Amino acid sequence: MTLLFGIPLSVMLGQLLLGLINGAFYALLSLGLAIIFGLLRIINFAHGALYMLGAFAAWLGLNYLGVNYWVALLLSPLLVGAVGMAVERHLLRRIAGEDHLYGLLLTFGLALIVEGSFVKLFGVSGASYPMPELLKGGHNLGFMFLPSYRAWVVVAALLVCIATWYMIERTRLGSYLRAGTENPKLMQAFGINVPLLVTLTYGYGVALAAFAGVLAAPIYPVSPTMGANLLIVVFAVVVIGGMGSIMGAIVTGLAMGLIEGLTKVFYPQAASTVVFLVMVIVLLFRPAGLFGKEA
Amino acid sequence: MKVFKKTASAMLVSSLIAGTAQAQVSDDEIRIGYLADMSGTYRDLAGPGGLEALKMAVEDFGGSVDGKKIVVFNADDLNKPDVGANTVRQWVDERNVDMVTGLVATSVVLAASKVVEQADKLALISGAASSSITNEYCSPNHIHWTYDTYALANGTAKAVLAAGGKSWYLLTADYAFGHSMEADISKVVKEGGGSVLGSVRHPFPSNDFSSYVLQAQGSGAEVIALANAGADTVNALKTASQFGVTQAGQKLAGMVVFLNDIHAMGLDVTQGLMLTTGWYWDMNDETRAWSRRYFDRFGRMPTMAQAGVYSATTHYLNAVKATGSDATATVRAQMAATPVNDMFAKGGQIRTDGRMVHDMYLAQVKTPAESKGEWDLYKIVSTIPAQQAFRPLADSQCKLVTGKVAQN
Repeated sequence: MTLLFGIPLSVMLGQLLLGLINGAFYALLSLGLAIIFGLLRIINFAHGALYMLGAFAAWLGLNYLGVNYWVALLLSPLLVGAVGMAVERHLLRRIAGEDHLYGLLLTFGLALIVEGSFVKLFGVSGASYPMPELLKGGHNLGFMFLPSYRAWVVVAALLVCIATWYMIERTRLGSYLRAGTENPKLMQAFGINVPLLVTLTYGYGVALAAFAGVLAAPIYPVSPTMGANLLIVVFAVVVIGGMGSIMGAIVTGLAMGLIEGLTKVFYPQAASTVVFLVMVIVLLFRPAGLFGKEA
Repeated sequence: MKVFKKTASAMLVSSLIAGTAQAQVSDDEIRIGYLADMSGTYRDLAGPGGLEALKMAVEDFGGSVDGKKIVVFNADDLNKPDVGANTVRQWVDERNVDMVTGLVATSVVLAASKVVEQADKLALISGAASSSITNEYCSPNHIHWTYDTYALANGTAKAVLAAGGKSWYLLTADYAFGHSMEADISKVVKEGGGSVLGSVRHPFPSNDFSSYVLQAQGSGAEVIALANAGADTVNALKTASQFGVTQAGQKLAGMVVFLNDIHAMGLDVTQGLMLTTGWYWDMNDETRAWSRRYFDRFGRMPTMAQAGVYSATTHYLNAVKATGSDATATVRAQMAATPVNDMFAKGGQIRTDGRMVHDMYLAQVKTPAESKGEWDLYKIVSTIPAQQAFRPLADSQCKLVTGKVAQN
């Protein structure tokens, strides 16, 4: 058996693959945060709650309306995205241009209200979302047993991340978006409806969170606190990647998943803190983050 | 006028003092405080449902004991020891609360019971797990009612060993509770002729267990024991089922598993799991009748912690009725002198160390085919007699048992 740092190579491969799967979730969530921060300059603390809403929308749809997983994967982000757009239009818009703190407090407050109401309604034990038939079971890769669903999570998350990156960096709509970030007044003078663009962007970022929520539903318990637990790590990922950097969020998300995966083998006790350790080191040497532009 | 007011209030105060000296029941009211996590991780195992069980106990008594009204207060401890301790201090100082029950997170219980001991009141602990409550932290002012880590590790680990699981791997929550659970399990396994191949200590709480499950899988152990609780256990079990752990022949043993956890995960994931429980709603006509009544009020079947609150409160009120007093020492003595015979326990005894010993039950989670309803989740495999279920007094470090004052 080949050993790497005293650990069999096969075990290492398995752990790296698992890290990649977790990284895919981080990437998806931090991407949404990065987009929202990039255009709206809002530190969206409601992101975790919206991720939870996405999972619950799928669960409620299945149990009360018979909506299956694949439909929910499309419908739930649309629904939660619409909620996000309403929030942007009626609440966030009022504090646009104010200090970052206002946005942070507003979204944090919203998250507390939403999560509190769900605890009241559904309790904290969480509910179970059944695995879709098509993705039950798994494959023996030789070095580990890989459940099909987890493989699907990586593929789906990466596809969505890359599509989003392409849309923002390589299309006309994306160029409007980026220009709107640089100079909204000028864009408006060119006849672009910037407020609409802002609403749509927030809606899209939120929809990404909801999409991640639906992806997570069959693996993790669908519970009101599922988002709150994840949010802080995801923020650390965004900070490491560089606030507002699209590619930074994706790459860092995956990388942090891998680093966390390795920590779970070598020193599991530190698994929940290693991301913050990396954050501290990165901030010391590159205050704007790995992919951020120095101000 | 001022003088009159002063005299009047002085008279009022002195009559009150005289009143308490004469009356057997302080303030002519029996005051009970219910302290629990009402909104966090442990909400569903006791929480608002435990308060409902307490209210049932009070109502079944007609709301008063020999004309003395029973008053119930309740508060959320947020799983924070300082919040819990301050709430109890307020209750005993300002409202002269006689008894506190619920009491879930071990950390909160230890903080709150200190206050209870100083004020010489009584705490009836139903939700908390740690066996240290009646061992190194024992006190004449609290009674641990429903279950503890010793009984759970002892019951489940022994049963799994007997079923042939000799080599073990442990997934341990990396904090005090997990460590003591790990020690309890290891002891039982080694004494039973088994071996512990290894363990992994995961941060508390953890979101993703796939890495730990994979490590446990790779260890080749026959049994993977979960020395964690709540959401961590739920997560670990769900992940194990996805990674085909049980299908490959490894067995899982959950140590602290509540009815609400199994209900949340569903039988597909949990079927076949062995666990130890202090009580289950569907054991006999008496438990079923009480649980139906509870269900009609609350909409969920009771957990053992919630049933324990009912049992403890009822036993307490019976003692108050029998002695006509709510003085702590009197009631405590009466409670210990009377066996606990109700829908929760038969022949239950309160020991010197404050442990209420009663039969525990080894249960197995039903398969989806066996289950006839949403809450039809366990089958009781065997009864663990009270004398074998809990830590024997001979092994106790409790100062009330050994007569020695603790070193610290």
